[in-house]
This record gives sequence, C-alpha cells and structure tokens, in this order.
Amino acid sequence: MYYKELVRQMYDIGLGSLPIIFLISIFLGAVTVTQFYYQMDGQLIPTSFIGYIVRDMMIIELAPTFSCLLLAGKVGSNMAAEIGGMRQKEHIDAMEIMGVNTSAFLVMPKVLAAILMIPLLVVVSAFVGIAGGYIASVPIGLFTHDDYVTGLRLFFNPHNVFIMFVKAATFAAILTSVSCYQGYFVKGGSIELGEASTRAVVYSVILILVADYIIALILT
Amino acid sequence: MIRAENIFKSFGENEVLKGIDFVFEESKTNLIIGRSGAGKTVLLKILVGLYPPTQGKVWYKDKELYSLTKKQLRHLRMEVGMLFQGNALFDSMTIEENIRFPMDMFTEMTYKEKNMRVDEVLERVSMSGINNRFPSEISGGMQKRVGIARSIVLNPKYLFCDEPNSGLDPKTSITIDELISTITDDNKMTTIINTHDMNSVMEIGEKICLLHEGKLAWQGNNEEVLKSENQELHNFIFASPFLQKLVDRVGAKNI
Repeated sequence: MYYKELVRQMYDIGLGSLPIIFLISIFLGAVTVTQFYYQMDGQLIPTSFIGYIVRDMMIIELAPTFSCLLLAGKVGSNMAAEIGGMRQKEHIDAMEIMGVNTSAFLVMPKVLAAILMIPLLVVVSAFVGIAGGYIASVPIGLFTHDDYVTGLRLFFNPHNVFIMFVKAATFAAILTSVSCYQGYFVKGGSIELGEASTRAVVYSVILILVADYIIALILT
Repeated sequence: MIRAENIFKSFGENEVLKGIDFVFEESKTNLIIGRSGAGKTVLLKILVGLYPPTQGKVWYKDKELYSLTKKQLRHLRMEVGMLFQGNALFDSMTIEENIRFPMDMFTEMTYKEKNMRVDEVLERVSMSGINNRFPSEISGGMQKRVGIARSIVLNPKYLFCDEPNSGLDPKTSITIDELISTITDDNKMTTIINTHDMNSVMEIGEKICLLHEGKLAWQGNNEEVLKSENQELHNFIFASPFLQKLVDRVGAKNI
C-alpha cells in the first residue's frame, strides 16, 4: 500500500514536473549567458569564462533553487489541495477508522518521493540550462562553440555538485512537508482550502530561500 | 454496548457537547437525533474515536476508548465500520479497491479471497457488477450502498452511520434505512445512526437520543416518540408546518 503510493508520487513529481523543469531551465541558461555576455562586453575577461559561469551558476544556484521554487508552486500547492480536499471530504477520517496511520500514509510517501525525484529533476535542470546557454549564444554568434565548451571545462569542482544535491534534497523536504502540513490541518471550506494552498507555496518559498542562504554559508 | 459517560466537547470557546450520558444498546439500531448544530456529528466522531472529548469517557463494554494502547485501538478499529455523510469513497480508486481497502489494512487474506468478499458485500447491498467503476461514475444512492458495503466488509460489531439519508430522495432514503436495519439484525451489530430524518426515527429507531444545544434532551424508542410530552422532542418532530397542521387536525395519537 505504502510502496504503491510512493511509486505514484514519484511518477507525479518526477515525470509530471519534467516538461516545466525542461522549459524554465532552457530559458534560465539562455538568460544567464545573454546577460553575462552583456556585462562582460568590453572587459578583459575571456568570453570562454561565460561557459564556466553558466555551469557553476546552474549547478550551485539556479538549478536547485529555481527548480524548487517552481516546484513549490506546482507540486506544493497540489499536495496541500489534495490532502486538504481529503480532510474536507472526510477521507482522512475514513482512513483513520480503517486503521491507517494517515500522517504516515499521506505525508511520508510524498516527502520520500520528493527527496528521491527532485534531485534528479535538478540534475536535468542543470544540464538543460547549460544546453540552453549554448543554444542562446553559439548559433547567433555571441561566441564560438570552442569558447563555450572550453569554459564548461574550466575549474570544475565536484564539491559544487555536492552542494547542488544537498540543496535539492533539503528544498524537497521543505516544500513537501510544509505543503502537506498546510493541507493536513486545513479547517473549513473551499476558501480555507485555497488559503492553505497559498500558504503552502508562500511558506515553502520563504523557507527555501532561508535554507538556500544557510546552506551557502555552511558549504561554501 | 457503547456507553458515553459525561461527555463534554469544546472547540475553542464554543462548547458543543455539555455532559452527555447515554448507553447505546447492543445489537440494536440506536439513533442520535437533533437539529443541525445540535452536536450529533461531534458526538458520533467522539464515539468512534476521531475527536477526543474535552471531558468524559467512551466505553466499549469494559474498555475505555481513549485509554487504549495503539495495539488495542487497532484491534477495536477492526470491529468498527463507519458510513460517512459524504460517503468518503476514495475518488482515485475503483469501487472494488475502495471496498478492499479495509481488508488490505487489517487482514492477511489473499487477493482472491478479498475479491470474493468484495463480491459478497456488493451483492448484499444489491450493487453487484460495479466493481470496476469509479465513485464519480455512480449515483449518490449507489455511493451510499457502496459506503455501506465498505463499512461492513470486515463484519464489524459496531456500525456508525453519519446522516445516511442526507442528499437522497425519500424513496432511496427508505431503502437505505431498511438496508442498514436488516444488516444490523442479520449481523447482530450495534448500530449508531446520526440523523434528522423523521422516517428513520419512526421506522428503525430502537433506541433514540435527542440532542438539543449539546445536551441530552430526551431518550426512548420509536414507539414512545409520539406519546412523549417532551417539548424539545415535540418541536423537533413537528418542525414541519405540514405535520403540525396534520396533528392539529387528527391528533398526534391518531397519526
């Protein structure tokens, strides 16, 4: 029962979020390249450094943080609404009567699925963002293929990938647990459910940004 | 036998139940009646273990519900079935999966045995052949029957029904009442129904408790209802102007 729910959640969070993660990541990479090219124009910094900057920006910050902020909106609000709706339709009461530990059954598979799937989505986001940077620059002649690839190979530090995974897993735990909490303890009707869903997103976003800063302080 | 002993329940400043003492008799259809807001659902949820009372105790024979260990509570849960006001059927599951759910949680039965039991209870509520449909694909009356099927699938000793007739037409309401009453008799269950449907009161109320503003206002059975001089009961029964006119014309005893 719990395994089936875990698989369903992994599918929903992972595959369900893939298209939107793909889309935003392309533009994140594209905008980063374009703006850095603009900022560095006329300075004595080789253009190959843009590839290096995009790579590390995507890995350390943009892929984990932006993806999770987006997922707080998509996945978090969905979880709060789903659990809150179950509370209002007495599904949670029915489960309690049928001997289900509802907090474990409804919350744990979601948190676990997010912790497993969101880091994978973040990896995809990082790769797609870097590819997006390439697509936005090389074909239109901002700089050459060799410049970009050279930059990508510069000063690679595997510790940055570790930071990315720590951030992704932490943000996943935050956005799911906050959202599930808001849904689980919802009271009242549809207006309160809407408010709970909004709170889930707002609190998740704030906590993700605070955690982002704390992780940056500790790990860099 | 289930006994509510001096039950008080407050939500913040709002005191919903004010010292309820009542014995729900074994193998009978017990009714909790009262107007909307009288505290019926809260009392039912306290009896079933969903809301702990602010004060008071709930006894299942010699066991106090809110003093049980997790293991004892789980064992008691196996003996309890509940039909919710909105049915509480899980939207993402088929009818068969909904009914199988309590067996998945509580039993070690094989998949085949569970499905055989699903067929049995669906037949019992005259709903055979809808195993693979989803709750949204059947009518409200059918959902009630499926809800009943799910609540009796483990052969519970205690059946709780929260407003089983709400949202149903009068004819379907009567059918559901008859079904619950028959199942209660056949399985020798202790059934507790929360209702404000007068037909249910008169037809199946073997023991009735009337709640008024969170207090026990009257208790008795369906034969005593019309003979009672209790003002709150009178106000509850004859709330309908049509019934009041009928009583004025022919007298309560002749109805």
